Amino acid sequence: MDLSSINPVLLVASIMVSATPILLAAIGEMVVERAGVLNLGVEGMMITGAVVGFAVAVNTGNPALGFAVAALASAVLSLSFGVLTQLLLSNQVATGLGLTLVGLGLSSLIGKPYEGMKSPTLPKLDMGFLSDMPVVGRMLFSHDLMVYLSLALVIVVWAVLKYTRIGLILRAVGENHDAAHALGYKVVRIRMMAIFFGGACAGLGGAYLSLVRVPQWTEGMTAGAGWIALAIVVFASWRAGRVAIGAYLFGGVTVLQLNLQAAGAAVPVALLSASPYLMTILVLVFISARGAHGAPASLGRPFHASA
Amino acid sequence: MIHLEKRPQPSQVWTVITPVLAVILTMIVGGMMFAALGKPPLEAIRTIFWDPLFHPQFAGYSRPQLLVKAGPLILIAIGLSVGFRAGIWNIGAEGQYIMGAICGAGAGLALYPSESVLLFPMMVIAGALGGWAWSMIPAILKTKFGTNEILVSLMLVYVAESILASVSSGLLRNPDGMGFPGSRNFQQWDAAANRELIANTGMHWGVVFALIAVIAAYVLFARHIRGFQIRLSGEAPRAARFAGVNPNRIVIFCLGTAGALAGLAGLFEVTGPAGQISIDFNSGYGFTAIIVAFLGRLHPVGILLAGLLMALTYIGGELAQLMLGVPGASIQLFQGMLLFFLLATDVFTNYRIRFGQGAA
Repeated sequence: MDLSSINPVLLVASIMVSATPILLAAIGEMVVERAGVLNLGVEGMMITGAVVGFAVAVNTGNPALGFAVAALASAVLSLSFGVLTQLLLSNQVATGLGLTLVGLGLSSLIGKPYEGMKSPTLPKLDMGFLSDMPVVGRMLFSHDLMVYLSLALVIVVWAVLKYTRIGLILRAVGENHDAAHALGYKVVRIRMMAIFFGGACAGLGGAYLSLVRVPQWTEGMTAGAGWIALAIVVFASWRAGRVAIGAYLFGGVTVLQLNLQAAGAAVPVALLSASPYLMTILVLVFISARGAHGAPASLGRPFHASA
Repeated sequence: MIHLEKRPQPSQVWTVITPVLAVILTMIVGGMMFAALGKPPLEAIRTIFWDPLFHPQFAGYSRPQLLVKAGPLILIAIGLSVGFRAGIWNIGAEGQYIMGAICGAGAGLALYPSESVLLFPMMVIAGALGGWAWSMIPAILKTKFGTNEILVSLMLVYVAESILASVSSGLLRNPDGMGFPGSRNFQQWDAAANRELIANTGMHWGVVFALIAVIAAYVLFARHIRGFQIRLSGEAPRAARFAGVNPNRIVIFCLGTAGALAGLAGLFEVTGPAGQISIDFNSGYGFTAIIVAFLGRLHPVGILLAGLLMALTYIGGELAQLMLGVPGASIQLFQGMLLFFLLATDVFTNYRIRFGQGAA
């Protein structure tokens, strides 16, 4: 094994790239769950975003447009989840699973003609002297726009939830939807908006996978990233800052295991490629064993005004 | 204004009608999808739902396939339904299916080339144990630490897939296979093969076990105290606690049953229709079984019918690929839509639709 072939600068840089899709999906899902809705369809929305973003970018040659349309498509798809769970009061767990299955089917249907194609990718931002700094410049300041947007999104979500009225209402709906309803807040409408937002974020995350991280379309390419995003929300105890920490941690594990595989580490490949998932389980066990939960009180409970 | 009024009890009539309604809606929307893909919609629907059973030319081949595909789906879905009824969401049946196949096949291959009559029963037990053990991971983590079983069981699917990739090119690789990945073929090894029991019916041991599982689940829920406890835990967890039901035991039982049945399904598949352990041995039965369980209303008889219907969409889907060039992925979407429509129409089961200004 030759560990010296792993360049620490490139390692950090690639961790940022590999964390971004999970971060985008997880921060969106966190908002959904703070509103009291458990949407297990993240994987399906992500992969839909991945294929739509890729298809649009290939056809128009414009990756930015790809991201925008991917976000829109996944958000529209998530609305089907919203209609089912909020208006037709279906079981959220089952509907979320259904959304994942629909998303996987839809994406492989749309993506078939695009297999093996190359797409235009996002340019790296040039941030003047920041990018030119030794070491740090390569590590932190020579990425594409989405990496920084995702981090900015974390800050915006944190600030909105903590300091604004709309954030307060959203949290009220998530903690006690009956009380929020009694106060005159439109529980269903607020949750629909949260679901829409979560869908858009998952779509952006998926598009990042197919347009930047890989950048190619292959069937089932999310490979559980959506589920890891769900686990990160639990790991983060539903707090925005910790979502970012969690996503970077998992990005780190993913990149490290890929690097170790490439370096020919004396660890079985199966163990390395399973490590992000094993790590997820380990972290979930750790979090649940500690007993600190902080889950929104109404999470996953259906709301019906007459009840 | 339309508004919903909760029924005191789920409607019996609608419980039966909604799956049928969901199938019809899926056919309509699926037909529109096929039309959008430039395929004749009516012909496509007919090819999927009618031709596999009644086409003069193809039915002879595809009718036996119905049981071949329905067997594992029903077996897995019965196990899942036990958990779903208790509010335990095991969605990692795919992983338990893979581990059952690996353990069962591994146990058999360790004794190659034994021709003992006890070999196959031993492999069946090993398969069930493999699936069971894999499902005990989320079960024990849930009972000991309160870890979410949805995420753990799903993560373990990916772990099982890595193990599958590893053993099929390593531990269980066919030593006479000239270095190609994949295990020995069980179809060429009489003592370990899961053969068709009645010629041209598709009936193999997996189907027999699926039917036994249906009956056992029926008895469990209709006659046995454990079945009652499971339902109680799902519908009223607090009441169950007061009635002295140990929630941990329910978790262990439900996940264990689901795991063992999924493991069995994997073993019967690897020794029968699939023939060998290979990297892409698993074909998503573990996920489709979730749809089967819901479509069958978590009721054993319903699951039996739903499993047959879902098997039909698999075979019909293949036929439609062959005859009309319908993309294979559209069938997957079709199955997903079915679950979506079922959940959507379920509103009629639990709620009355009222028109006009309501009290709410």
